[in-house]
Amino acid sequence: MMELLTTVFSLGFAAQVLRIAVPYALAAMGGAITERSGVIDLALEAKLLFGAFTAAAVGHATGSAVLGIAGGVAAGMIVAAVQIGCALRLGADQVIIGIALNSIALGGTRFLLQRLYGEGANSPPCPAYGSAVLTNPIVWIAVIATAVLPFALRRTRWGMRLRAAGDRPDALVAVGVSPTRARLAAALVGGALAGAGGAQLSLAVGGFTADMSSGRGYIALAMVILAGWRPAWAVLACLGVATTEALRIAFQVTGVPVAQELVALFPYIATVAVLIIVVSNRRPPPRSLGQV
Amino acid sequence: MMPRGDSGPDPVWSRLPQAFRIPFSGTRRELETAVLALLASIAITSVLMLISGKAPGHVWWAMLTRTTSDPYVLGQVLYKATGIALTGLAVSLALEARLLNIGAEGQVTAGVLACALVGTALPAGTPALVAIPVCVVAAAGAGAAVGATIGVLRVWRGAHEVITSIMFNAIVSGIALYLGNRVMFRNGTTTGAPIAPGAELSPLGFGGSSANTSIVLAALAVLVVWWLRGRTTWGQAWRAVGQSPEAARSAGISVGKVQILVMTGSGALAGLAAANFVMGHKHAFEEGLGRGTGLLGISAALLGRMHPVGVAIAALALGFLSSGGLAVGDLVDKELIEMLQGVVVLAVAAAVPWVRRAEVAA
Repeated sequence: MMELLTTVFSLGFAAQVLRIAVPYALAAMGGAITERSGVIDLALEAKLLFGAFTAAAVGHATGSAVLGIAGGVAAGMIVAAVQIGCALRLGADQVIIGIALNSIALGGTRFLLQRLYGEGANSPPCPAYGSAVLTNPIVWIAVIATAVLPFALRRTRWGMRLRAAGDRPDALVAVGVSPTRARLAAALVGGALAGAGGAQLSLAVGGFTADMSSGRGYIALAMVILAGWRPAWAVLACLGVATTEALRIAFQVTGVPVAQELVALFPYIATVAVLIIVVSNRRPPPRSLGQV
Repeated sequence: MMPRGDSGPDPVWSRLPQAFRIPFSGTRRELETAVLALLASIAITSVLMLISGKAPGHVWWAMLTRTTSDPYVLGQVLYKATGIALTGLAVSLALEARLLNIGAEGQVTAGVLACALVGTALPAGTPALVAIPVCVVAAAGAGAAVGATIGVLRVWRGAHEVITSIMFNAIVSGIALYLGNRVMFRNGTTTGAPIAPGAELSPLGFGGSSANTSIVLAALAVLVVWWLRGRTTWGQAWRAVGQSPEAARSAGISVGKVQILVMTGSGALAGLAAANFVMGHKHAFEEGLGRGTGLLGISAALLGRMHPVGVAIAALALGFLSSGGLAVGDLVDKELIEMLQGVVVLAVAAAVPWVRRAEVAA
């Protein structure tokens, strides 16, 4: 028990929470701004997964982790572009598009692993940031995004148009701006953030594993809802999720006698608990969310 | 359905009970959507085959001939289709009430777990007449419990069913793994003790394939859902909720109650799929048994355009693609066929507004 306490109250533990929180937080911020613009963003999982795969593949090919991050960001933006194309150009159901893209990401990354490396589950090693925090650019992307996004949403032209597209698209049309373009501009930034989050998944451990996002995109979206679609608050919620996950690892390492299978469910149970506790209509979703 | 507004005598068929009347334009629209989506999915998959250096025509032809000429593969198609039909019905039931139950995956696992737990607890000499209903009810009940929880959270707390479903999928599979490791798995394997022989469903033959009599259960489920949805007030209520919750509410329907009941029924149907896996095939609990069936159910429901008969046909098509995909494993990566289910969903989602627009333009 003492060992557990000293583990938990250490700088290393805080760093670990931060590291675990980065993919969640980036995905959540991406989801928050996409949804604020009025598009339901269930494709976060796909953005994380394709981001993670592309980061590992580019990192492996070039030997550069920074290029890997760029690859992850690009992959997230491509998924977002496909999502917006299907949802807004074709007018397809946004929830179903998200589910479909997630499913394609799961099969597609495995297909690419097989095609590129002749391997079903793992990519070859790529450069890794490991447990580094201060020298990991993705952590900095997350920190800067957390600080800048609330301001950008409130004050910049991009942010104001984005919020108008989500709440009053008719008002946006009245001033001669296309809500679709504002949503695309929001979703591309959102996709870039989520893609960077995916890059953290694979670049932290130095390789891609099939289904390595394992539901983080959905958890991130739940945190967005919990946070009332406010990015900075969503990041805070994600830190909470990351803490439960870090605790699980601490339990495992210090050998606290609890069932690993059940402790592994911490983040999921916490998410359900949060959804039960939070009064969902306290902060309403963007008014035109899901409508085109 | 509203009486026709135009003048002249109503056609004879308008006096038939509603379920027997075919809404011609609606049926045609749904058929067009499904066929278009299927063709688009096949086209996309063919392009991916070309990219990986395979001749698509050759692969599709091999898939067709190998499936139809080999009774074993044909049996596997039926086995897969049985599970997919049940989860497909589950998803379509919820979708018609405008709820997306992607929790079918977890509900299948809950069903598998309950079915196996009850099956092994029964004394070995239990007659089939008792054992089979008990196990079936256990499977459906466990699925229903998970479905009902998701429904209650949706109605009571406004928690989006997609998010809670995903969480419950993870939670249920974690609990299954825990119970497996602690209680059920035998000496280092990931398989539990066999269920009582009375609870086993007999195989259908087909060259020793896994197809079994639970297909009757699936067919019954198709009939029951078809009857409920088209011929009862109940079905009216649940589809009214799906078409417009506000209108349903002002018509005096308790929307929340309907949503919870629909999610419960949806979970029960998904749980029933356990009969196919546990009672019909493995006769024991096994880690990961039935995995993926819930997600394929989403594809089946959308491709079948939420009509029970359509879902059954879509389940056969998806069963063919997934078993046929294994049968041509030497020609093409199995990951490609795995991707296909997502491509199908995307194609249907895109085809729905496309067909509607084409109709308006025509």
